[in-house]
This record gives sequence, C-alpha cells and structure tokens, in this order.
Amino acid sequence: MELSKCSLEMLQELHLGSVEELFADIPKEVRTGGLKLPPGLSELELRREMESVLSPNKPVSSHPSFLGAGVYHHFIPAAVRTIVSRSEFITAYTPYQPEISQGMLQSLFEYQSFMSELTAMDVVNCSMYDASTALGEAVLMSYRVSGGNKFLISRSVSPEKKSVAKTYARGADIALAEVGYDRETGLVDLNDLKSKVSADVSGFYFETPNFLGPIETQWQEIRNILGPRSMVVGVNPMALALIKPPGEMGADIVVGDAQVFGTPMNLGGPMIGIFGCKAEHVRKMPGRLIGMTTDIEGRRAFCMTLQTREQHIRRSKATSNICTNEALLALASAAYLAVIGKSGLRKIAAKNVENMRSLSSRINLVRGFVSPRFRATHFNEFVMTTEIPYDKVNKELLAKGIQGGFALDRQFPELKSSALYATTEMHTKADHDKLIAALEGVR
Amino acid sequence: MRYHQAVHDVPVIFEPCERPEVGEPFDPTVGGAIPKDLQRADLALPDLPERDVVKHYVNLSQMNFGVDNGLYPLGSCTMKYNPKICDEVVSWQTVTDIHPLQDPSTIQGALRLMHELELMLCEIGGVDAVTLQPAAGAHGEYTGIQLVKAYHESIGETRREVILPDTAHGTNPASAAMVGYDVLELPSKDGCVDVEALKAAVSKDTAAFMLTNPNTLGLFEKNVKEIAGILHDAGALLYYDGANLNAIMGKTSPGKMDFDIVHFNLHKTFATPHGGGGPGAGPVGVKKKLEAYLPVPRIVLRDGMYGLDYEWPKSIGKVRAFFGNFAVLVRAYTYIRMQGGKGLESVSENAVLNSNYLKEKLKDSFELPYGSLRKHEFVLSGRPLKARGLRTLDFAKRLLDYGFHAPTIYFPIIVDEALMIEPTETETKDTLDKFVDACKSILKEDPEVLRAAPVNTARRRIEEAKAARDMIFSWREYEKKLDSAGRTK
Repeated sequence: MELSKCSLEMLQELHLGSVEELFADIPKEVRTGGLKLPPGLSELELRREMESVLSPNKPVSSHPSFLGAGVYHHFIPAAVRTIVSRSEFITAYTPYQPEISQGMLQSLFEYQSFMSELTAMDVVNCSMYDASTALGEAVLMSYRVSGGNKFLISRSVSPEKKSVAKTYARGADIALAEVGYDRETGLVDLNDLKSKVSADVSGFYFETPNFLGPIETQWQEIRNILGPRSMVVGVNPMALALIKPPGEMGADIVVGDAQVFGTPMNLGGPMIGIFGCKAEHVRKMPGRLIGMTTDIEGRRAFCMTLQTREQHIRRSKATSNICTNEALLALASAAYLAVIGKSGLRKIAAKNVENMRSLSSRINLVRGFVSPRFRATHFNEFVMTTEIPYDKVNKELLAKGIQGGFALDRQFPELKSSALYATTEMHTKADHDKLIAALEGVR
Repeated sequence: MRYHQAVHDVPVIFEPCERPEVGEPFDPTVGGAIPKDLQRADLALPDLPERDVVKHYVNLSQMNFGVDNGLYPLGSCTMKYNPKICDEVVSWQTVTDIHPLQDPSTIQGALRLMHELELMLCEIGGVDAVTLQPAAGAHGEYTGIQLVKAYHESIGETRREVILPDTAHGTNPASAAMVGYDVLELPSKDGCVDVEALKAAVSKDTAAFMLTNPNTLGLFEKNVKEIAGILHDAGALLYYDGANLNAIMGKTSPGKMDFDIVHFNLHKTFATPHGGGGPGAGPVGVKKKLEAYLPVPRIVLRDGMYGLDYEWPKSIGKVRAFFGNFAVLVRAYTYIRMQGGKGLESVSENAVLNSNYLKEKLKDSFELPYGSLRKHEFVLSGRPLKARGLRTLDFAKRLLDYGFHAPTIYFPIIVDEALMIEPTETETKDTLDKFVDACKSILKEDPEVLRAAPVNTARRRIEEAKAARDMIFSWREYEKKLDSAGRTK
C-alpha cells in the first residue's frame, strides 16, 4: 500500500515496519489476498461512469407514469431540498449526545408533532423503515397489547405489505387470516370480519384509502365488531388533510408512509414508516421516541426517551430490534409540511382528488373501460376495469411512452382485467390527454 | 482548542402565529367529492412564509453536529467522511424519479446497479449470493435469522436457541428474539469467545451463533475457524454481524472465516451518510446452501436484460416493500467504484492504523483491558476517573466542549465505564493528535468542570429523567397538558 507521510509517522511511533504487522492477529488460514474488484476511479471518471450506468433509467419526467401502489410522485419545494441537504443533519449519527444534537432532536419532535396532528394519535414515533415494516411491527405490537396468536388483515392491502406482514408474523408464530372487501364498494366486508373475529384474534388491519382506492366509512361498525381487540389502521397521510383522522375514529395503532411528504420515489427506497398509537400503549410500541424536556438551566430541550423499550438497553426483551430508522426523511417530512403549510397541504390534497375524479371519469368514457371500479369516495388512486386483457393495454401504453397503472389480475384475480391508477398534482392536463388518447387507441 | 456551537432560540414550528388565509376560503367538500361524514373538521398545522421555515431549519442545523463538523469517534458506528459525489449522484432524476413498479425495461440502469452491487458485496463478504432488501443493519440481522429458521425448518429441524457473546451489539439478541428464538448470552474470556464455554453451550437446540469479528472490543477472534467448526458440527449456522467490516476488507472475509450469513452496514463501511439516524441499508449475503431462502424478488441477468425473479418457492418472502433503500444502494455503489479493490483494502489498513495509533496515545491515560493489538476500534476503561469522583459520562460530555463528538460509552457492558473509540480512516494524524491533546487536557481539569460539562453546546446537560416522566412526544400533547394545567398558552 502507498503510505502517506502521516501514516508513515504513525507507523514509526508505533514501532512498526509495515501496516501488515497490524493484521498479524488474523490467522493465515482465514487470510484473503485482496479484492477482485475493478480499479478505483477519479471523481470525473466516476461521474461519467455513473451517468452511463444510470442513463437507461426512464424517469417520470420523460415518461408519464400512473403508478402509485404505495409510492407516489409529488411535488417537492426547492426549500425542502435546501433544508435536507444541510450536512450537519445528513452526516450526523443517531442523537446519542443530545446536548450537541438539538437540531435533529427538535426536528424529529416536530415530525412526531406533525404526524400526531394529522393522524390524531397520542404518540407517533420518529419513524420505521417503511409502511410495510411498520405494519409488520404493528402485528407484533397488537399481540403484546391484546394477546391472541391470530391477526386479521384486510384483503385490500398491497401484496408487498401482505408479504412483509406474513414474514413478521411467522417469526412470532402469529397466524394471519384475510378479511374480504365488498365487491361493490371496495370497503371492509363486515360480515366476513364478524365471522372471523374470535377469541384468539389480537387485532385487525385495514386501510383508508385502501390499496384499491376506496376511503373507509364503516368505522363505528368495525370498532364494535372488534371490541377490545386492536384496530390497526393504514393511512395515506396526505389524504388526512381532507378526511377524518383515524385517531378520532377509535384506532389503536396507525401506520403509513410519509414518503409523500418531501421524499422522491427513489425506486421505492428509502421510504418512511409512520407508527402511532394511543398513549396507554406507549411502552409497548417499537421505535425511537423524542421527548420534550429542559436542560439543567431550565431551557427547553429534546432527547430520546423511554429507551428502556429499546434493543441497546433491553436486548432480547426489547419491543423491537430497530436501531437505525429513517430520521433524515422524518426531517424532510417536517420541512415539507412546514414549507407548504396548512393551506398548501389542503390545496395539494384537493388537487389530487380533483385530478383523480377527472381522470377516472374520462377513462370511464373510453369504450371498453369502466372506472372507477368501486362505488366509493377516493383520494388519488382508483381501479379501472377493461374488457381488453390488461397486459396488452400496458404494453401498448409503454410503446407510446406511458407507464400505465399497476396490473391487479395476478394478486386480485377476482377483479379480472383491472389495474390500479394513481394521479397526483404532478400530472398536467396534457398527461391525462396523452393517456386517454392512448387508451382510445388500444384495441 | 476553542469550540462553540451556535445557540439559537428556535421556537417549535407550531408556535409562531398563524398567517391569515388569503384568497378564496377552502372548500372542505372539494367540489362535492368528500361527503360530510368523512370531512376533516380541523387541521392545526402551521402556515408560515418559506423565509421563516428556512431560517428555522438552518438555525436548527447549526445546533447539530455531524461528521462534516468534526471528529465523530463513535465506536461501532464507523462515522467516516461521506464523499459528496455520492450525494450528487442520488440527486439525479434517473435515481429520484423512478418508480419501483415501472416496467423493468425502463429501469435497466437501476437493476444493473443493484445486480453489480450484489456481486461486489459477494466478493467483499466472501459469500455466494446477496439480497439488498433489508433497510438497516438490525433489519439485516432480522432477515438473516429468518433465513436460519427457514433453513432448519426445510430440513425438518426445530431449533429453539440462538447463542451470542456478551459483547454483541444489542440488536443481535433483539433480532433473534423477534424471530422467536430464545437467546443465550455467553460470557467472554479475555475479551473473546470462550471456546470451551461455547462447546458446552452448543446443542441440538442451537440454531445459530451470532458474532462480529473483529468484536466490539476491537479484538480479532483468532479462534473463528474452530468456533465455526463447533457450530457446524452441531448443525447450527454462523451469523456475521457486519458492523465491524471496516477493519478487514481485502485481508479476510466473513465467508473465508466460514460464516454462513453476513449483513453489511452500507451506512458504515460504505460511507453512506447516516442522516441523523437513518436511512441506512443492511444487505445480507449467504453461502450457496442458503440462497434458496433469500427474500424475493431476486435480480437476474438473462439474455442481456436485467429482470426480476419471484420464482423462489423456499424464499422467506419479503422483509420490506420493493427492493430496499435504493438511494442508499446507489451511494454505496458509487463509493465502491470510487475506491476500487485496492482502495477498499487501503481503507481498512488506514482505519486500523488510525485506531492503533490513537489507542497507543491514550492507553496510559485510561486503562486498556485485554492485550494490545486492536483493529478498527478499541475500548478503554474510564475506571481511573472514579478516583476523582468522576464518571466516563462526565469525560464524554466535556469532549463535546472541545468540538469532538463523544465516543460510544458504557458499551460493551463487560468493560467498566467503557469508552469505545473508532476514529475511522478518513481522519488525519493532525486531527487524532488534537483529539489526544483534548483528552489529556480534560483529564487535568478540575472535576467540577467535567461535572458541569458541556457548556459550549447549544444546551447544557439534558434532564433525561424529566423527559421520561413528562412523556411529551408532540406539540399537540404539550398544549393539551398546558391546557389541563390551566395555564395560558
């Protein structure tokens, strides 16, 4: 190895002839002879190389997309990027030394405050990995809160989330069972729920809007059927600018994804899992919590708190193994909500509803297409059904430079040739026109 | 040495007065779309000019300390400098504005990058296959232990126990417990795994042994081959916690040491910034016999096209939606391409050199248990402080006043008053010398000064017990409590 002058000096002070001597404790039998990787690159070479590696990707700007299904394309004000780019935030670790980390701690407290307000839940932690792992953790927490080794999950939940929930449940020996949805409204099938709620059920997860688009209305009925069991609700937090929050409807645990607030799609990662619960369950919840307190001079201050629930203190008895979370994205969410403010958020949310209504009714006018599939209130996503095999539709759209919605026939065969379409404030009328013209051409 | 962190009076973002709404009043029905019984009555969010919001967060950022501010020797966290080119690449639209469910033909660049990153991690880890799905180190452990469970179940075995040394990171026992295993913590001997005790503990009920090597004391576990043999002979698997990989790249590999499963912390070894707590990424690598159980989809290259393969019937399923923390993966890929094979080996060499240099300079001022040679980090005991009525905590807080982040303290638990120091390879001798000077200067200070520290940070010592007592986790709760206390806002 090439040694810098400083490295040589350090070696001399250590009375060593070579760096190799520092590795003398690694037995020969486990030594490897270097790494077979391409040679390193200068920054200029690297930039060219990365441009070349990434250039085959087609971003939505060149390629209007109607995909949602958990990851959404929303506007991000420039000020959010400015804030999130501060290297004091980006290059910090978890705020283990609160006196020197008040900036991140207060920002995370503000994130918790924003989410608490939007969801109307007493306590929201400072983030999980994404909505799917937040759901996995909610399944485990529901068991801690209510007991019972069975958990019910609505059928109108994304296949990704179901798969993750299944993985988490299996680890804890919890059985998952599905509750169907009403074929007309897309809402929870109350009779099915009633028939599946038994003594060994700890809780039930459903969403609003759910994966297929409908916003749930039967809160009181669901609460009554569940009785003392946990009501676990999945939300799109942006829709909560317009609709009643789960905390006012009796939810015990709320999960969701705050990617919609200031984080780009990034091929679906990083995302940011929202996790909230009632105050009475706070000691059973997973993840980090930031609390307000003072310093010894009585000035307002913030720190991580209730850490005795966490892995670095409680080890195998912790409520979760989570350590690293999505703090920077929590900061982005807080900054986003602060920048656009209450009036901005309501306007953007309203624009999503308007765009959804307009696009859905225009698709419905195209011969061979029915939209929306469900008689319900929607936010920015809906199911459209077609007589034409949907695979064919998607292929033809792709040939015209459009990424169509998410095909549902594989995971929701009962919906036959259907797809999930999302539209946000990012779509212009021209984008909608382009899609409608393309759909009219599909035969 | 002078350091002063900025102190700003930054109200909580909900505090300032609301801006009066201008223009048309908001229509809560959105043109009749939202029925009355679904409408939200109130939304108590702030409404501030952009100018004030930027001021708010920029001032907050100045009350936060990152690697870019100075030395951050937080043991086991590998707080190295994060090259800025990696941040720039992830700001490109070809990274930010692609959707995970896009047709694979429109994300060939992303799939290629992930596929190549898997192969590079295979080489570095000495493993045969890698999944990039786990979102963090602990999530990687969780995935790895799920693989253990799936493996044993598929060969008709039910094993109930995971063993790990008492020096293990707290995430290890927590991850094993989350997958349903009983956890046995094995007392160490001379800072390393007690091989005889391990032999006695291993049984037909042992599913796996979790180890990091070098361990959290910075010691290389020389008996690792023998340890692997003991576990494998009993039909158990060996799990490598990759938190300490920064010490050994190119010198040895988990695969070469006979580990079956390994996770990589991309936000440690591969220089992706930690973001004040995340995002990270915790890819998991395995030996051939465990590949069939990896999460789906797998990324495959067929006939010159990258695609997604879900046809792995023995897979544990998904541990996270989609592919993992892609933007973090892009940064790590960029970093590995920048370093190349030789560069990564040199990273480890310099990390170990810096660590041993610092250890030699500091060991006489504290106590250094368990022999001399260390890898990327070392653990001192702050026991000598006790004679002066001080604790390691006081010393750590005083370091903040000198403009250094504190080391990890009180971990591992087997060292009394532990100070776990990891300088990383990106610090110069000059910085290390200044750190040594600061440490020595602090030790000469009046104990009262240490007990009163920090004084140069945005806040003095925080009343953590009060936070746990008051349980104020949001502005909403704070206002409620103020109201119920009958005070005016």
